[in-house]
Amino acid sequence: MSEAVIELHEVTRQYDEGPPALRKLTLTVNRGDSVAILGPSGSGKSTLLNLIAGLDRPTSGTVTVAGAEVHTLGEAAAARYRRSHIGMVFQFFNLLDDLTVLDNVLLPAQLAGVRGGEARSRAARLLTTLGIDRHSGAYPGRLSGGERQRVAVARALINQPALLLADEPTGALDTASGIEVQNLLKELHAGGQTILMVTHDMALAEACATRTIHLVDGQVSADTLTDSRS
Amino acid sequence: MSALGRVVSSGVGRRRWLQTLVIGLVAAMAVATSVLGGALLISSRAPFDTAFADQNGAHLAVLLNAKKVAAQQAAATANATGVAAAAGPFPVGTVGVRGTEAGTLTIDLKVVGRADPGGAVDRVSLTDGRWATGPNEIVVSNAGIIVSVGETLTAGETTLTVVGKARSMSDTADAWTDPATLAALTTTSEYQMLYRFEAAATATEMTANQTAVEKALPADTVIAARSWLEVRREAVEAAAVFVPFLVAFGVLALAMSLLIVANVVTGSVASAVRRIGILKALGFTPGEVVRAYVGQALLPAAAGAGAGVIVGNLLAVPLLGRIQVVYGTPKLAVSWWVDVVVVVFVLGLVAVTGWLAALRAGRLRTVDALAVGRTSSGGRGRWAARLVGRLPVPRPVGIGLARPFARPIRAVLLLAAIAFGTAAVTFSVGIGTSLVRVQAAGEHNIADVVVQPPRPTRGGPSGPADAGPQADPAKVLAAISAQPGTEAAYGVRQQPMRMTGAANAVNVSATLGDAQWNRYEMVTGGWYGAPGEATAASGLLRATGKKVGDTITLTGSGGTATLTIVGEVFESGEAVWADVASVGAAMGDTGSTSGVRPTNGERGQTEDSFRYYIAITDASDVLDYIAPLNSDLETLGLEAFRNPRTTEPIITALIGLATLVATLLAAAAALGVLNTMMLDLRDRVHDLGVMKAVGMSPGQTVTSVIASVVGVGLLGGAAGVPIGMAVHSLTLPSMAGTAGTSLPSFITDVYLPAVLTALVFGGLVVALLGALIPSGWAARVRTATALRTE
Repeated sequence: MSEAVIELHEVTRQYDEGPPALRKLTLTVNRGDSVAILGPSGSGKSTLLNLIAGLDRPTSGTVTVAGAEVHTLGEAAAARYRRSHIGMVFQFFNLLDDLTVLDNVLLPAQLAGVRGGEARSRAARLLTTLGIDRHSGAYPGRLSGGERQRVAVARALINQPALLLADEPTGALDTASGIEVQNLLKELHAGGQTILMVTHDMALAEACATRTIHLVDGQVSADTLTDSRS
Repeated sequence: MSALGRVVSSGVGRRRWLQTLVIGLVAAMAVATSVLGGALLISSRAPFDTAFADQNGAHLAVLLNAKKVAAQQAAATANATGVAAAAGPFPVGTVGVRGTEAGTLTIDLKVVGRADPGGAVDRVSLTDGRWATGPNEIVVSNAGIIVSVGETLTAGETTLTVVGKARSMSDTADAWTDPATLAALTTTSEYQMLYRFEAAATATEMTANQTAVEKALPADTVIAARSWLEVRREAVEAAAVFVPFLVAFGVLALAMSLLIVANVVTGSVASAVRRIGILKALGFTPGEVVRAYVGQALLPAAAGAGAGVIVGNLLAVPLLGRIQVVYGTPKLAVSWWVDVVVVVFVLGLVAVTGWLAALRAGRLRTVDALAVGRTSSGGRGRWAARLVGRLPVPRPVGIGLARPFARPIRAVLLLAAIAFGTAAVTFSVGIGTSLVRVQAAGEHNIADVVVQPPRPTRGGPSGPADAGPQADPAKVLAAISAQPGTEAAYGVRQQPMRMTGAANAVNVSATLGDAQWNRYEMVTGGWYGAPGEATAASGLLRATGKKVGDTITLTGSGGTATLTIVGEVFESGEAVWADVASVGAAMGDTGSTSGVRPTNGERGQTEDSFRYYIAITDASDVLDYIAPLNSDLETLGLEAFRNPRTTEPIITALIGLATLVATLLAAAAALGVLNTMMLDLRDRVHDLGVMKAVGMSPGQTVTSVIASVVGVGLLGGAAGVPIGMAVHSLTLPSMAGTAGTSLPSFITDVYLPAVLTALVFGGLVVALLGALIPSGWAARVRTATALRTE
């Protein structure tokens, strides 16, 4: 039986006004899975991602990731949890403009207190693996969209997280760069990385995900197993 | 509401409450400190003349021999040529009083019997309590003994209750009672007549006036007469040393508060460039944008200014109450127009700085304004980020340290706020310390015990000269020195003497033993040591053009003495100190009564008698010391008293003033830091969200924000300290020059290394205090919210 990495049990997230963003959502993601969360705007995709990343707390229900009860964590504990368990990739990369590519990648390791030599070694490996080592001294503003997203992925992986979360990872990219990132995610998954991505991009979902979950009005409307490795 | 009004109200509303609050608070502090400063400046302008005019001060105070002139005859002089108004005759007597506490010195008071404080001349101002109307009630002059309303004084067998304190700008009495009480206390053989004249501006006019009054009286009935010009000279001289310091405080408060206001408003508007871009994209013209932002700055500033006026006036009341002691005036108040001018000026400054900053933002191309905060910073400060990245410091610290280089203009604003605050504190500390030292040095009075002949306390004018032969001063000093517990002692005899080249009589002190320990601070040269040497007061050297090394000739009733000035003492009066062997013979046996007062610390000494000042060892108790000494001195006809040395209220007030001004300005500077930091953090809240998303904890966020002000704080402190010191060193000598004195180094050199270090770190403290709230905000901001923020 596969080991569960993400377990959500009857999770509800209610904001101040309007209907709940998530309604009694129960979900399990196993280690090694690559899951795509699909759905229209306002369906609760980003809320789900924020809850799993420990950026937000559920109104009710429990969120457990890699054994950590995320719904109970305070701000400081949530930060430590993200450092050790989570890597995040954003639609607009969210790289820090005034840091070089290498410094951007090193940042989570440095915040986690990883020794300097070890952190630089991991960063160099990742940059080489992702094919952007020649840009290590450059600033993000000089890179293409695809290259920036590769840097963001490298940053997400520097602390060897149990789970990679990706929020519309190809949403801000042109077609060629989108395919580039798509292939990268496929490679990572093939290497055993557990991935959960939120996307509107059906092609990305079909290419990278072993499982697709459709959310509508904060509830799972469809949960389908696919085989992207074929 | 119009679109413009809506923009202004939203600009100061809930979402920008902190910025609104900061502008309001800074404006309030600026107005409060400026009101204080303005009040000091205004009150420093001719305080004597103003108060003298308010009281219808006496141009001439004449003491008449009551045995030779009837009261009606004295009153008739009101019709003499040139007299505009007259008051009196009032009975006058000298009463020896002492406090009820053991060992208290007996002091002779010139008491005037006056039924009420009003009248056509010398309308005495009550500063506390009420006028003496009943038996055994007394009102004391603010310029006289230190005693509070409700306390009692002993005059022989009679206990007098102090029912009021008052100030006569004409200096007509040390105390007042009703005529009946005075008659019971002492034999009054003199009348006091007070006059105002139609023309009294010059010494020539006053001489003519006095002659006219004397002609209206029987011959040889005038015992003494004192012109208001002499009173004025003494009063102005006494206050002159303090005025420059108070003016400096006023100027500092005004200048620094205005600088800080300009800084905060500029920073606030400059941070709103993107919002301005959005407004322009919606169709606002550059002019409308400028008006909107000026309005946004003015609204909270106006509210703050209103609060500042109230606070400033409340703070000024007790302060001016103390300052009036320095000026010798009965009442000082904040003029209404100071409030108006300050408010108009501060709001005008807010409007102008807001206008200039908004004009620049309003002229930006809309597309550029919209792009602010969303585009790359253009590479500014990357070298710094790279550099600190190599430092062996935790990453949050490195990120913080590099931050000022990414927004250099904002960092400069931050640095300026800290530097202004530090400079203000440095100057306040320096000038406060100098002022306290000036006050202390002017007193020449740190003795613990005073020895003098005992006073008769009833039955007419008192004084040891009438009490019998004087003891040999050398024997007295030997007896005092032999007393266990004596650390230092000297005897001094004072007398007004004429000096060649001096317009007024000079107060000469003939000393026996070393007197310099009684806080005589040298400006130049040294204390006299050899026969024929003398030390002169700064005020005398200024008045006569003499300098150290010159020779002076003093003439007294016993002859003349020629002395060489070997040192200049910090003292604004006209005085000379020399060994009794050098000047004693010239003083003779009897002194003149030219009206020159003794120096402050030795005030009240009867001429021609020796008084002895004693410092006792730290381990000794004053009363325990006095008791056996009095046994030894009894046979010599002398008595020892505890020196009535108290902390002058003015010192407390001035330290309070320095602390208040420094605190207000430092707080305003910290608010400037807070404002700039909040603007900066709001600008980069998205980056904060990113860092938190990749694992930066709240503690690390706080560390990063705090680290971002450490460098600027230290630099601002380091820049502010020399600025404050420079202002101090430029201000003091020029101001002292205006006061007619020179300053010894111990008054100007007030910045010890430890103080300087503390002041530099004070800049850091100001920065850290200002960054505290923003760092907390940054730590609390929700990551998901921050990530959504553009």
